[in-house]
Amino acid sequence: MGQTIIEKILSSHSGQQVHANEIVVAKVDFVMGQDGTSPLAIRAFEDMGGKEVFDREKVAFVIDHSAPSPIEGVSALHKLMREFTRSKGFKMYDIGEGVCHQLIPESGKVGPGSLVIGADSHTCTYGALNAFSTGVGSTDLAGGLISGHLWFKVPETIKFVLNGVLPKGVYAKDLILYLIGDITADGATYMSAEYTGEAVSALSIEGRFTMSNMAIEMGAKAGLMEADEKTFKWLSRYTDKVFTPASADPDAVYAQVRNYDVSKLEPQIAKPHRVDNVCPISEVLGTPIQQAVLGTCTNGRIEDLRIAAELLKGKRIHDDVRFIVAPASKTIYLDAMNEGIIQTLVEAGAAVVTPGCGPCVGTHNGVPSDGENVISTANRNFKGRMGNSNASIYLASPATVAASALLGKIADPRDFIR
Amino acid sequence: MNFKGKVHKFGNDVNTDYIISGKYKFKTLDMRELAKHVMEDLDPDFYSKVVKGDFIVAGTNFGCGSSREQAPLAIINADISAVLAKSFARIFYRNCINTGLPVVECNTDLIDSGDQLEVNLSDGIIKNITKGIEIPIKPLPDVMIKILNDGGLAPHFKKYGGFNL
Repeated sequence: MGQTIIEKILSSHSGQQVHANEIVVAKVDFVMGQDGTSPLAIRAFEDMGGKEVFDREKVAFVIDHSAPSPIEGVSALHKLMREFTRSKGFKMYDIGEGVCHQLIPESGKVGPGSLVIGADSHTCTYGALNAFSTGVGSTDLAGGLISGHLWFKVPETIKFVLNGVLPKGVYAKDLILYLIGDITADGATYMSAEYTGEAVSALSIEGRFTMSNMAIEMGAKAGLMEADEKTFKWLSRYTDKVFTPASADPDAVYAQVRNYDVSKLEPQIAKPHRVDNVCPISEVLGTPIQQAVLGTCTNGRIEDLRIAAELLKGKRIHDDVRFIVAPASKTIYLDAMNEGIIQTLVEAGAAVVTPGCGPCVGTHNGVPSDGENVISTANRNFKGRMGNSNASIYLASPATVAASALLGKIADPRDFIR
Repeated sequence: MNFKGKVHKFGNDVNTDYIISGKYKFKTLDMRELAKHVMEDLDPDFYSKVVKGDFIVAGTNFGCGSSREQAPLAIINADISAVLAKSFARIFYRNCINTGLPVVECNTDLIDSGDQLEVNLSDGIIKNITKGIEIPIKPLPDVMIKILNDGGLAPHFKKYGGFNL
C-alpha cells in the first residue's frame, strides 16, 4: 500500500512501515520552544526528573512572543529560559533574532524529510520544506527535550490539488485564507494536509511558508509540500546538509482529495472574529481601519516586505493609520535594509518594531483601542487576540494590508499593482 | 474517576485565546492567578460562577488555536473537573491528557447550562440528572489511558525514564 508524505516521515523516524491511524513512538530531529511555552516546559522537565537534553545541537529556545520584555513578570520568565539554556548548553535565540518559525528554517537544521516538534501551534510552517513539523504543548516538549522522541498517531491526509495561475495582486495568503474558509476551522482536525499542483510549484518558498503556517487554522497537524529545486536552493543559503525528501506514492491513500482552480481567485479577507470567516475583498471594501500590521510568522518575510514596499514607494500612509512592521528575523531585517525596503516603509510612515511576533499575540508592540479595526498579515483574528477584546481584526495579504494602510480603509491591492 | 457538578455551556470553536488570553499567560507561572481570567472574553464573570467540580461543556473543536498548556492548567485551577465537547482540537487534547485534565468526547446537544451532571469516566457514562438521561462517552485511545493512569506525562516519564507506551 502506498504512503502519503507524513506516513513516509513517520515510518523513517520510527523504523517501521506505518499507515494512518497507527500509533508510533518516533525519533525527532529538532525540538523548539518559545517564551510563551518554554517556562512551563522547564517546570515539566524538572518534574520528569530530566538532567540533560537529548542532543544539544538539536534543541533551541526562542524569545519572540514578548521581545523585548514589556513587564517584570515576563522578564522573570525570560531570565528562567536564559539560565536553563545556559546550564544545559543549548542554543537560545534572544530578543531581536526573530520569530521561531523563521529562525528554525534559517538554522539549516530542518529540511526535507525532517521530523520537528515545537511548543507553538504554528510549528507546522516547516511543512513548506517537506518537514513534518507540528505543534505540541509544554509537557510534550519536555518529553522531547529529554528523550528525543514523541508519540504520534499517524494522521490521515487531505490532499489539496491547486491548479491554475494566481492572478496579479493575489497571493499565497489569499489562497490559504480561501481554503480555510472553504474547509472551515475544524475541517482537517487530527489530519495532515498535503498541498500540491501547479499553483503550489509556482509559489516561492516564502509563499509556501505562509500556506503551511496556516494549516493549523483548519485544525491540521501538518501542512506538507513536496521538496523541489526551489526548496534546495532556499536551504543552500543556510546549510550544505543533505536531506532525504519524502514524496507521496502515486497509490497513497487519502481521506479526501480536494481540487481547486486558483486562476479566478480574488484577494481574500478573514473577518472578525474567526479565521474561517472568509470573504472576497469586494464584500468589505471601504471598512475603516486604524492599525495595519505587516509581519508575523505568516507574512513577515522578505518577499512580503518587498511587496508592501513596492506598493508604498514614494507614498504616505493615511493620517489615521498606525502602520506597524515586524520583520520575521534579523536576517530578513538586514536583507530589507540592503534592498532599501526599510527606508521605503519608514518614509511611508511605518513604525518598524523588533524582529519577532510583533503585536500578533497581544503582549506588546501595538495593542488596539476599543472599537478599533486592525488589518493584519497575521494568522489569527480571535476576539482579544491582540490584547483588546473590544477591537476587531481583519486578516489579509501583505499587499492588501499595504493598500489599506494607504487609504485608511480596506482597499484592493489590484488597484495599485501594474 | 467520578465527578458531579453543574454545567457551564459554550458553543463551537472555543479557542485557547478565549480559554486564557495571551495578554495574561506570558506574565506568570502562577496558574491560580491565570485561572481568574479563564473564559473571560466569552463570559467576564465565569471564574466567580464556578463551584468546585463544575463542568465546561461545548460544541465542536474545543481548544483550537495556540499550543499553550496554560489553557488546561488554568481550567484545572479554576476548579473545573472535566471538559465535555463534541470534538477537541488535537494539541489541546494532548495537553489535557499530559496535565491530567479529563476531556470527554460525547454528544453535548442534550446538555444545557445549569444542568447537573454525573460523569463516570471508568464506566464511560454521563448522567444528566436534570434531564434524566444518559449519554455515552467516546473512549480514549489506549496510549492516552496509559498516560492518564500514570497521572500525566511527567509522572509517566518519572516512572519509566521515557516513553513506555
